[in-house]
Amino acid sequence: MATTADQFQGHVSDHGHGHDHLHEHPGFFARWFMSTNHKDIGTMYLIFAIFAGIIGGAFSGMMRVELAEPGIQYLDMFAKWFGAENPDFTTTLHTWNVLITAHGLIMVFFMVMPAIIGGFGNWFVPIMIGAPDMAFPRMNNISFWLTVAGFVSLMCSAFVPGGTGLGAGTGWTVYAPLSTYGSPGPAVDFGIFALHLAGAGSIMGAINFITTIFNMRAPGMTLHKMPLFVWSVLVTAFLLLLSLPVLAAAITMLLTDRNFGTTFFDPAGGGDPVLYQHLFWFFGHPEVYIMILPGFGIISQIISTFSKKPVFGYLGMAYAMVAIGVVGFIVWAHHMYATGLSVNTKMYFTAATMVIAVPTGVKIFSWIATMWGGSLEFKSPMVWAIGFIFLFTVGGVTGVVLANGGIDDNLHDTYYVVAHFHYVLSLGAVTALFAGFYYWFPKMSGKMHSEFLALLHFAIFFVGVNMIFFPMHFLGMQGMPRRYPDYPEAFTYWNHIATIGYMVMAASLVVWFVNIAYAFLAGRKAGDNYWGEGATTLEWTLTSPPPFHQFETLPVIDEAAHH
Amino acid sequence: MAGTKNHDYHILPPDIIPLATTLGALMFTTGMVLFMHDMPGGAFVPWLGLALLIAAMWTWFGKIVHEARAGDHTPVVQLHQRYGMILFIASEVMFFVGWFWAFFDFSLFPSTLTDVVGGQWPPKAIEAVMDPFALPLLNTLILLCSGTTVTWAHHSLIHGDREAVKKGLWATIGLGVLFSLIQGYEYWHAPFEFGKNTYGSAFYMATGFHGFHVIVGTIFLAVCLARTYKGDFTPRQHFGFEAAAWYWHFVDVVWLFLFVAVYIWGGWGYPTH
Repeated sequence: MATTADQFQGHVSDHGHGHDHLHEHPGFFARWFMSTNHKDIGTMYLIFAIFAGIIGGAFSGMMRVELAEPGIQYLDMFAKWFGAENPDFTTTLHTWNVLITAHGLIMVFFMVMPAIIGGFGNWFVPIMIGAPDMAFPRMNNISFWLTVAGFVSLMCSAFVPGGTGLGAGTGWTVYAPLSTYGSPGPAVDFGIFALHLAGAGSIMGAINFITTIFNMRAPGMTLHKMPLFVWSVLVTAFLLLLSLPVLAAAITMLLTDRNFGTTFFDPAGGGDPVLYQHLFWFFGHPEVYIMILPGFGIISQIISTFSKKPVFGYLGMAYAMVAIGVVGFIVWAHHMYATGLSVNTKMYFTAATMVIAVPTGVKIFSWIATMWGGSLEFKSPMVWAIGFIFLFTVGGVTGVVLANGGIDDNLHDTYYVVAHFHYVLSLGAVTALFAGFYYWFPKMSGKMHSEFLALLHFAIFFVGVNMIFFPMHFLGMQGMPRRYPDYPEAFTYWNHIATIGYMVMAASLVVWFVNIAYAFLAGRKAGDNYWGEGATTLEWTLTSPPPFHQFETLPVIDEAAHH
Repeated sequence: MAGTKNHDYHILPPDIIPLATTLGALMFTTGMVLFMHDMPGGAFVPWLGLALLIAAMWTWFGKIVHEARAGDHTPVVQLHQRYGMILFIASEVMFFVGWFWAFFDFSLFPSTLTDVVGGQWPPKAIEAVMDPFALPLLNTLILLCSGTTVTWAHHSLIHGDREAVKKGLWATIGLGVLFSLIQGYEYWHAPFEFGKNTYGSAFYMATGFHGFHVIVGTIFLAVCLARTYKGDFTPRQHFGFEAAAWYWHFVDVVWLFLFVAVYIWGGWGYPTH
C-alpha cells in the first residue's frame, strides 16, 4: 500500500486536547446543520444513505411481493397507499412504473452515491492523504444538503399526478416521449429538478475531491504513493465532473420540451427521442463506474489489509481505474442496441465495451494475486471483500455477454439485464459498501461491532441476494421482459424463488441493524489500529474515532519508501 | 481546533449559509414546478426562492472576500481556488457539449419524418436565418475585444496601475453589456420563433444559455470593479479577478464555437433576414 504506519512521522499525540478554539465543540445545531467538518458530513451522508436505502429497498420489496405469483395481487393496494382513491387498471399499472422509477433513482442517486462517495469518500480521502479536511469545507456541506433537497423533490413527485396516476413513472432513465407528453403532470418535473439538485451537489463534491487530492496530500505523498481508495475517488470525481453536466443539459431539454414548447425530443418538430438516449447514456455509462470504482478502492484496501501484503501491481491497479474511467466515456451506446443503430455503430460499441473487460480483469486478478501467498485473516471485511470479488465477477461476465450487439437484440429489456446490473451494483457496489462499513465502522464510531453478527449478516445476505438475482438470468434467457408486474405461468417458479430470496436478504439487514445497535450499546472500545499489522494507511495512526480535526501537524511520508 | 494549527490550510467554522443556499435552490425548483403547472403559489414562490438563493450566494461570496482580506487565503488556499475554478469551468464546458450535441444531431441528420423539417437544415419551417456577418459578427468582435480589455486590466493590476485596471474593467463590462443588448435586439427581431421545431429549440437554448453566462460573467466582472474601487486586489494576490477573467474567456470561446457552428455553418447558403 502507498503509505505505512512506519513511514508516518507526524505528531499524533497533540490531538484532541485543546479547547481554546471557538469551533472545537460546536453545539448540536451548529455541528449537524452548519457542518464544515468532513467527518461529520461523511457521517450525515452515511445516515442519509441508509435512510434512503430503506425506502428504495422497501419499493423493491413491494415489487418482489407482487411478482411472487402471476397475476396482479397487491398492486391495487400499493396504488391506494400512494393516494389513488379508486385505482382503475391503468392507474394500478402506473403505480408499478412509479415503484420501478423510484427504486432506481433512489438506489443510484440517494443510496449508493451518497454512501460510497459522500460517506466513505468524505470520511477517508482527507485522512488517507494526511489532510486536515477537504479543500472547500462549506462547499462540502452544500453538496450534502443539495443531495437531501434532491431527495425531497423526488419524494414530492410521488404525491402529484404523473402519467396515468400519481408519481413519476418514467424509469430512472426518464426516456422521452414517456417523460414528455406521456407524463403531463408535475411529477416528472419534480423528478427532473431532483436530478438537477442532486447533480449540482455531486459536481461540487467532485470539484472538492479533485482539488483535495491534487492539492492537500501530505508532504512526501506523491500520486504514486496514494492509497488505491483515494485513486478510485479521484477517477470517480473526474467522471462526475465531466458526465453530470451532460445529464443536466439533457434533462433541461426535457424540461423545456415539457413546459416551454421546444421540440428536442418531439418528432413532430423534427426532434429525436434517440438523442435523449445518447445524452442520457453519455452520462449514464460513466455513472455506473461512478458507483463501482470507489467500491474497487475499498476492496483493494481490505484485501491488502487482511493479506498483510501491499496490493499486487499497485500501479497497474491505479491505472486500470484510470483506463476504466477513460474508456467508460466511449461505450455509452451499448445501452441502445435496440434503438436501430447501424450495424457498424453496434460493432464499434461492442468492441469498445469489451475493451473494458481488460482493465477490469487486471483488477480482479490483482486482488487474487494479492491474496496469493499472503497471511490471510478472514475477518468480516475480508469475507465481504472476497464475496464482492465473486459476485462482481459474475456481473462482469454477463456484462461481456450483453456487450455483444447481436446477442443483446435478444436479451435487451429482459430479466437477464436486470440480473446483470444487480450483480454489479446490488451485489457489487452494495457488497463493497458493507465491506467498507465493517472495515471502518469501528474507526468512525469508536466501537467494535460483533464479528459473529457481521459474518452472519454476510452469510444470510450472500444466500439471499443470489437467490434473488441468479434465477433472473434464467428468466431473462427464457424471454421474461423487464418492467412488467405480471407474467405467464411459465415464469412462476424462478420468480417465486427470487421473492423468497428477497425475504432472506431482508432478514440479513435485520442482523446488520442489530449489529449496529450492539456496537453502540455494548461494543468494545476500538483501538487505533484494530486490524493489526496489515492495516497501513494513515487512518490507522489516528484514534478511533479520530479527533474533530486531525493532522494539525501534517504527517510526513518517507520519500524513499516504496509503495 | 486542538491547540495550534501547524499548516496553511483554511479550517472553517460551522456555517448556516450552505443550508440557506440549498433551501433557496429547493424553493426555486419547487416554485418552478408550481409555475409551470399553474398551481397555487406559482406566481411568487420561484421569485422567493431565487431571492433567497441570490441573497445566500451574495453572503457566501462576501464571506470569501472578507476571509481573503483577513489573510486566510494562504498560497496553498489560493491554489485550491485555482483548481476549483478550472474544474468548474470544465464542468461548464461539458454542459455546453450537451447543447452542441443536440445542435449537431439536428443539423447533420435533419428529420425526414415531418414536413416541419423536411430533411434539410435549416428546417423547411424556417424561412430565413440571421445574417451571421451582420450583428452576430459585430458581437464576435465585441467579445474578442472584451477579451483584450480584460487582459489589459489584468496586466495593469500586475503592474500596480489601479486607474488602468478600472478603465480596463469598465471597458470590458461595457462591451459585455453591449453584447447582451445586441443579443436581445437580435432575439427580438429574429425571423424564427423560440421552440416549435429543432432550429428554434437548439438555437435559442444554446445561445440563450450562452447569453445567461455572459450576464453572469458581466456581474462577476462588475463585482471585481467594485472591489477595485474599494481597494481590494494586490499585484500578487487577486484571484477573484483572475477567476472572473478566466470565466470571461470561457464565455468568449463558447461564443466563437456558437458563431462558427450555429450562425455561419448552420445557416450557410440560406436566406437571411
